Amino acid sequence: MNKTPKAIALISGGLDSLLAAKIIQEQGVTVEGINFFTGFCVEGHTHAIRKKDQNKSKRNNALWVAEQLNIPLHLVDIIEEYKDIVINPKHGYGANLNPCLDCKIFMVSKALEWIECSDYEFDFIVTGEVIGQRPMSQRKETMPVIAEQSGANDRLLRPLCAKNLPETLPERMGWVDRDQLFDFSGRNRKPQMALARQFGFDDYAQPAGGCCFLTDQNYATKLADLWQARGEKTYELDDIMLLKVGRHIRPKPHFKLIVAREEGENRFLQGYKKQFTSMQPVSHGGPLTLLDGVPTDDDLKLAAQITARYSQGRDADSVTVEVIMNGQSSELHVSPLPAQDVMSEWMI
Amino acid sequence: METQHSLDTRNLLCPLPVIRTQNLVKTLNPGETVEVVGTDPGIMNDIPAWCRINGHEVLESTTIENEYFVCLKVGD
Repeated sequence: MNKTPKAIALISGGLDSLLAAKIIQEQGVTVEGINFFTGFCVEGHTHAIRKKDQNKSKRNNALWVAEQLNIPLHLVDIIEEYKDIVINPKHGYGANLNPCLDCKIFMVSKALEWIECSDYEFDFIVTGEVIGQRPMSQRKETMPVIAEQSGANDRLLRPLCAKNLPETLPERMGWVDRDQLFDFSGRNRKPQMALARQFGFDDYAQPAGGCCFLTDQNYATKLADLWQARGEKTYELDDIMLLKVGRHIRPKPHFKLIVAREEGENRFLQGYKKQFTSMQPVSHGGPLTLLDGVPTDDDLKLAAQITARYSQGRDADSVTVEVIMNGQSSELHVSPLPAQDVMSEWMI
Repeated sequence: METQHSLDTRNLLCPLPVIRTQNLVKTLNPGETVEVVGTDPGIMNDIPAWCRINGHEVLESTTIENEYFVCLKVGD
């Protein structure tokens, strides 16, 4: 053929997608990366907020991978469209609220849609999937499901396990040499690590994957609580961001508190004060608390007592808490709630 | 520094500031300048990385209290 074939590689920022793109690049194919932001990506988020995470690398691993490969990376916001995947997964959830199979189908279909709508003329799609590596989405029987239901069919190439799968279009067309692809399978990461060494990559993101908050049990519990309290499975971006921050305490079914755990979270929650009733101790140092719900006067008092419980005045007889509700400021003088009165079932 | 465009990404967490920057830059011409301000310290790494990948130039990056500023020039 005359033109150099072009592939778009799904880049999560993990080792597998790095290797998959590299394998194809090594075969003379022009590769560009695409990264989808769902709102649930672990990347970055909490690192930016909490002091304990301040020393962690704040690099975006997808950008970092693109730099290692010297390829352009297209970042695509799919927050709105992704809601339907989280709320109504056709193939169900994994261990938590992770709709992994639907997610993979969706991302490949979005990549296909993106290349068909763009002017770049890509020939095929590359992913870092490995048969048997993930219990829900990366199994022998789900590989064809992803290819078919995404619409990519034989334009989808998985270089790390291609030899365990039927031949694809880029192989048949001679754009890619099947003999130089791999037959990895299972959860063993050693073959990938060996290949990484062979390519000279000695620094890469978490080898075991895990880049989505929906796979996290604590996070999934908070999301399920949000849906239960609302009486429907809906969310906005702010909702899912706030689930990553603070202590979440639901003393009564109709309201929840988000209590900052440290200065970084205080600063982050400041940005949400206009959207929620908020409170913060003024007589003592203490956390900013957001109240999600419509509180009665008794609820406000209880919320202020809980807020005081987490303040430097926790042992004081009285703590003054400023409450801002509907733009109106007032003060409550409360006794901090004793630790034993903060019910364990309130903690989400 | 003086720039032709500004982008406020305060209270957004990475990679959203990068995505917003990417989407704005797509609409600009080579040589135009943008100042991105945010509260996520991640932008100090991510926007320069994104610029390096895509051929844009970081002109300046500064931190003032808890806000982060990155000025860039759109590449060819």
